[in-house]
This record gives sequence, structure tokens and C-alpha cells, in this order.
Amino acid sequence: MSIRERLSGNEAVATAMRQINPDVFAMFPITPSTEIPQYFAQYVADGKVDTEFICVESEHSSLSACLGAEAAGCRAVTATSSAGLSYMNEVLYVAASSRLPVVLAVACRALTGPININHDYSDSMAERDSGFIQIYAENNQEVYDNYLMAHRIAEHESVRLPLMVCEDGFITSHAIENIELEEDDKVKAFVGEYNPENYLLKKENPLAVGPYGISPYYMEARVAQAQAMKNAKKVILDVADDFYNTFGRRYSFFEAYKMEDAEIAMVIMGSSAGTAKVAVDKLREAGVKAGLVKIRVFRPFPSEELCEVLSNCKAVACMDKSEGFSAAGGPLFAETAGAVINAANRPKLIDIIYGLGGRDFTVYAANSVFERLQEIVKTGDVGEVYTHLGQRER
Amino acid sequence: MIEIRWHGRGGQGAKTASQLLADAAFVAGQYVQSFPEYGPERSGAPITAYNRISDERCSVHSNIYEPDYVVVVDETLLDSVDVTAGLKEEGAIIVNTGKAPEDIIPKLKGYKGRVCTIDARKISIDCLGRYFPNTPMLAAVVEVSKCVEKESFLKNMESSYKHKFAKKPQVIEGNLICLRRSMDEVQEVEK
Repeated sequence: MSIRERLSGNEAVATAMRQINPDVFAMFPITPSTEIPQYFAQYVADGKVDTEFICVESEHSSLSACLGAEAAGCRAVTATSSAGLSYMNEVLYVAASSRLPVVLAVACRALTGPININHDYSDSMAERDSGFIQIYAENNQEVYDNYLMAHRIAEHESVRLPLMVCEDGFITSHAIENIELEEDDKVKAFVGEYNPENYLLKKENPLAVGPYGISPYYMEARVAQAQAMKNAKKVILDVADDFYNTFGRRYSFFEAYKMEDAEIAMVIMGSSAGTAKVAVDKLREAGVKAGLVKIRVFRPFPSEELCEVLSNCKAVACMDKSEGFSAAGGPLFAETAGAVINAANRPKLIDIIYGLGGRDFTVYAANSVFERLQEIVKTGDVGEVYTHLGQRER
Repeated sequence: MIEIRWHGRGGQGAKTASQLLADAAFVAGQYVQSFPEYGPERSGAPITAYNRISDERCSVHSNIYEPDYVVVVDETLLDSVDVTAGLKEEGAIIVNTGKAPEDIIPKLKGYKGRVCTIDARKISIDCLGRYFPNTPMLAAVVEVSKCVEKESFLKNMESSYKHKFAKKPQVIEGNLICLRRSMDEVQEVEK
């Protein structure tokens, strides 16, 4: 039986970690992810987990400690946000290329500057090429569920890649909402033990981790890593199927909301998707064929599947909650454009940068985007492709 | 769905009160949201916290711009924050003040709905010996909004306090008296 509870996103992540009881948690605090190690430290103190809880001196070190633990054959976790994730940057690439399946909880927060503690995806989007799998959540339930699936995806023998479980800083991390938790023994049975085939301290098969890759070998290693990211797609779906059969909640690469006959649609991520769904519902009541696609898995990016679901739309808005400073649109727009580029009936596509540094996104704002899409369908004129939403004019 | 906006100052417990309200509504079987809005984090700075209480899960995750109820934990905010912005006329504003209504009404920018006041400072000092405005304000908003049934609210708060203050059982009774007295003493201003 699921347990009816009310928790913040951070407490939901910490609860999932407690249930999984990882071997190592290396922690360094940063707002808004700090509560995750804070709750976990209490579980350690109360004897609810037997995790090695290491307080280190920086995020570069926290991920490095996880990397060492994983190389030794342990299940290792940590959490961070914003500048902390940026400070991990170098080690993220080492973890991914060394094929060490660390699971990293990210409470997504803006990057400086101006300095800001609130939510956007500047931090996680800046690491989209690091080789981490990235899974995003609309609410506390989804971040909990994503965490329960994370280790199985990351550790799968055909994947062996580290994974970021992303939640929206403050909006999800600090908001208390109803949640269905699962029982400890059922979670443990679902996640299973981590028994890597090879590890640093296995005397039958001594190995090196992270050696120099000369040119005759480097590219092969990168191609193998790219193949692992492709393999992750099947594993993500298989684990989601097992999750549905075990706990009854259905997940995929994305949620297609009222997309069956949609003519206009939004591609969006995280908590804003929940807000935009209300705008979709209102438009549907008025007879407008609106829908939305909430991207859950950003790495690997579900290009073929997204192309298929958008192929019958006339106009689509990509909602980017990070400024890529490409002068041509944000990362979600670039990925979506890439996904639909070869489709026979591809929709007109615009990019909207919104919600930076915690700028609120409302049902009214979502509706204004749909109005713009209706105008594009009516006139056939896409207008300015890349614009910002919600900023003051002066 | 009932939407509530809290205005307080950092350190007064507005965020905690909004969490306790969510707790009470959750225990009563409702779907809840409780979330803070942070500016620069420092004691005494104006902060806002929000509640949504509903029969079904609410997917909206924006701030609340048209609340049913507004709770003002610190009356000095009436001079600096537009507390009645968007407040529904069929709703109410609840202000923590020991002042007479005629001193408060002019600061509410012509708000046409119900105006309620409670002297949270006096009640808190009488019952708890110190100034914790959030407990009286929590009781007041339950009384005015009826978002949770009174007796079950008091019962749930008792069990919640027993859990929270397991190591300080001497403060439980004072808090319960504080809640009950606040529910009795919150009053609607005649306009």
C-alpha cells in the first residue's frame, strides 16, 4: 500500500535515499538543495541508514568522493545546485567517461549573475553535454518516483552512466504537497542491490580507472559512451514499465498532455508544465485544440518520439528556462528543432525564454503563449522566432 | 479550492504557520500546497508564503495573485506592502494588531471584503510568555476561512504539538489554549 504523506521535494528525495540506503553520501551544502543532506544527516544520526556520510570541503570534492566510491564498487550519491553544480563540472565529465553511475540530486537554481538563489535551469542545462542522464520532475511525487528509478537506469550493464535527478529549486524543493510514498521493503526490492561486474578492489580482475586516453583510443571510448546514452533509452522505458507494474504510476520520456489532436502545443519542462496544463484545459473548454509535451528525460533526448508527437501540430512553442546566450534560442528549442527537422509535416517553431531567476510563470502567461501560437496558425507568419517572456520593459 | 497569502517578516514564522495550516488540512483529507517566496534572506525582511487547499491535486505552481484570504502577521507591513492586491471581495483579510479598526481600515486601499483583526501579541504573551505571532494567526485564519473544521483542527494540532514538542511537553498546553483563545478572539471589523 502506498503511504499518503505531505513532503517537500527535498524531503521526498532524502526519503528515497533513506529507503535505498546507499553506501556513500558525500555532501557539501548549497541552497536550495541543502535540506537533502540535512535530512539525510538526521537519518544517519538516528541509525536509519548505514551509509558512509562524508562532509567534504567543496562540490568538486563531493563528486570526486562519489567517483572514488563508485570506482571501488559502491553505490554513491550526492546533491547540489547552481554554482555547486558548476564547480563539479570537471568531475561530471570524469564520472560519465569513467562510466561510474553516481546519482546526483539537483535542485535547479539560476547561475550568477546577478547572484540569485531562485529557480531556473541555467545550472543543469549548462551540464547537458557532460554525459549525465538528466531526468526532470513536475512535482514532489515525480522527483521521488524519478529517484526510485534512477539507480536502476544508471547502473544497468548496458548504460553505466551517472544520472541527475532534477527538481525545481524552491518551487518543488521547498513546497510541501501531498505525495504517495512507497513502503521501505518494496522500494528496496524494486531498486535492488548494486553488484558491479568490475570494480577497483576486485582482486580477480585488477583494473585502472581514468587512465590517459591516447588518440588511437580516445574516440573509441567516446563512441562507446555515446552508445551507452543511446542504450539508456530502452532501459529508461523498461524501468518505467516495471515501476508502473510495481507502484502503479506511469512514466515515459515525456508526458503528452492532450496531444492526440492538438494543433498548437508547448514543449515545456518541470513545475511550469503543471501550470500550463491549466491553460490547456481552459483552451480545450473553449474548443481550441491545444496541448503540451512535458519533457521528463532531457538526456538522452527523445528525438524520434518527440518528432512523432509534434508532427501533426501546426505551431509549437519551446519553453526554455535558461538563456543559452546563443543569440538564436535556448537549449530545449535547439533540441526540439533538431528533432523535427526531417519530418514531412513539421510545425512552425518558436522559442520563448521565461522564468529566469525565479520569475514567476502563471496560467495567464501560459495562455499568452498559446494566443501567440493561434496567431501564427492564423497568419502563417511565425514572427520573431526567439523572444523573452515576463521581463519588464524598462 | 481555497488560496491563502501570508505576509510576514523573516523570523516571525509565517512560513511555518503556512506549513502548519497545510498539515492541518492534509490530516483532514485535503490536497495541500504550502510554499514560501524568498527574497534576500534576512531576519525582519518582508516575506510571503502561500497555501492552496483543495479537494483534488492542484497542478498550478505559480504564486497566488488572487487569494481568497490574506493574513498579515506584522501590521507594519500595511505601510510598505500592497497586502490587499488581488484579494477577492468575497474573501477576507486578517490583520495582527492591537489597534482600533479605524486605524487599520484606511491602510487597506478601500478593500470591500471582510476585515478581521486579532491581537496576536497579547494572546501569545498571555499564553506562551513570549511573542510567537504565528500560532494565533494560524488559528485565526482557520476560524475565518473555515478551511478546516474547528474541533478536528484543534485535535490534529494537539497531536502535531505532542509530536513536535515531545521533549518540551510543558509548552503543549499553552499552545492549545493559545489556539482556542485566538479562534474566540478574532473579530470582524464593522465598517
